Amino acid sequence: MADLQDFPSSPIVTITGCVIVAIRDDLDDSAVLALQNQLVEEIDRKKAHGVIIDISALEIVDTFTGRMLAAMAEMSRVLNARTILVGMRPAVAMTLVELGMTLTTIETALTADRAMMMIAEKKPPKTL
Amino acid sequence: MSDGEWTVSLRKPADVALARKAAMSAMDGIGATAIRRTKFVTAVSEIARNVIVHAGTGVIHFKIVGFASQSVVAECRDHGPGIPDVAKALQDGFTTARGMGLGLGGAKRLVDRFEIVTEPGRGTTVVMEAKGR
Amino acid sequence: MSSETVDLASLLKSGFEQILADWLRVQAEEGIKRTDVISADETSRQSRTLLASFARVAEDTATDSDFDFDNPAWDPVREVLGDISKTRTERGVSPTEMAWFVASLKQALFNALRKALEDEPRTLVSGISDASRIVDQFALHAFDVYVQEREAIIERQQSEMTEVSAPVVKIWDRIVTVPLLGTLDSFRAQTVMENLLQAILDREAEVAIIDITGVSTVDTMVAQHLLRTAAAVRLMGAECVISGISPKIAQTIVHLGVELPNVVTRSDLQSGLAYAFERIGLHVDMNAHG
Repeated sequence: MADLQDFPSSPIVTITGCVIVAIRDDLDDSAVLALQNQLVEEIDRKKAHGVIIDISALEIVDTFTGRMLAAMAEMSRVLNARTILVGMRPAVAMTLVELGMTLTTIETALTADRAMMMIAEKKPPKTL
Repeated sequence: MSDGEWTVSLRKPADVALARKAAMSAMDGIGATAIRRTKFVTAVSEIARNVIVHAGTGVIHFKIVGFASQSVVAECRDHGPGIPDVAKALQDGFTTARGMGLGLGGAKRLVDRFEIVTEPGRGTTVVMEAKGR
Repeated sequence: MSSETVDLASLLKSGFEQILADWLRVQAEEGIKRTDVISADETSRQSRTLLASFARVAEDTATDSDFDFDNPAWDPVREVLGDISKTRTERGVSPTEMAWFVASLKQALFNALRKALEDEPRTLVSGISDASRIVDQFALHAFDVYVQEREAIIERQQSEMTEVSAPVVKIWDRIVTVPLLGTLDSFRAQTVMENLLQAILDREAEVAIIDITGVSTVDTMVAQHLLRTAAAVRLMGAECVISGISPKIAQTIVHLGVELPNVVTRSDLQSGLAYAFERIGLHVDMNAHG
């Protein structure tokens, strides 16, 4: 059951208890805060048990954005939703490692599909 | 302004995105590989954000250099408080990226040349150079 | 000024700064300064060093028709020319520009000779031909060094390229492996990481196996490269397995104090594969079919 809420920065969709948010490239500081608010509201409203953060549109992830992602994952976890980060580009992965930001507090998967399967099958997290 | 040079004023958080755009144009201008472009633009983003957060305002200037136009140089100047312990700030990165660190150490690892001149009370200038290939 | 005392050596001694300034001016005028790759300071320094070396050797060594560049006395000048040439080669200066840099010294010498020997045309002529002969040899030597250096650079690049072949192999649906062989330096490690991550994306792999059975030495640097690669693989959403960890390597890693958190390790590729198959939900009977 899709419920589409289109916000200025990034669309949020909830499907079968999973909130999926696709982060857009032009995110600035105020949009980040707004997005975090929208995300927790959606999790609460839909009683979601999973959150998928899709960053396939991001060519650049710096430490600011990295911290934002970690914060979003933490908020979701506090609300009891399993959070999985998907769609990281190879260049972004290499750059984050170089920056020393390995985001080990967030689970990852290659695609949103995979993430949804993991959440649905309750597949246990790989060693984090 | 893009005869191989770009200048971006850093006055508010949204300007960090402009700095990234300029950095990206510059790297595209020299036909950089995707990975080198991503690394350089990310380093620029770190430095530009530092300026906004710690100095308030500053300027970042890009130019294409090299006899075969093979590199981009970014020079970022601010008249902020300066960095008291540069050596320590440069170490920051591998262990404390989670904190509000300056990200300088990380930016340094992402580029081919990194120079920093800072004077507490007067300001900071960071110069970074990245080859396209 | 009597003709017995004016020759290149004495001119270089008494008029050193003037000749140097003149040479730098000629360089600028001829448009061969290349300030984009070599700063004005560095060019001045290089010019000064070359001229000073020339002046010193010229004091005791023949600069007239007995000039012989093969004379070991000229070695210091050869060395300076070599250094300058290497620097400029590395920075991408063209061979013509390199040769012009040296050859432009002639003009400055001619100017100095003309001023000193205005009234003695015959001495002036022989002075000019001496200077010309010598500077030509200098330029030729610089050119030789340039060519050698370029060849060396090309050779190095070629050998680096052959080192880089570390192909990523798709073993099964959703599993990729990369066998590492030989040595693992920074450049190669970078390339391996890039190839592996791209392969994970292209093949939609769930597990990536890095097999280090063929790696000759595992030191801290290698261990750190492996760690970084594993971290990048995980960030993309795949699981990283390092296979080929022999007991000896396991000991080395522990002694080095390197931790491999979040990374599954196996002693050989076969066990690495067994683990990978399990993770993607396939049970493989390793004992079947002998």
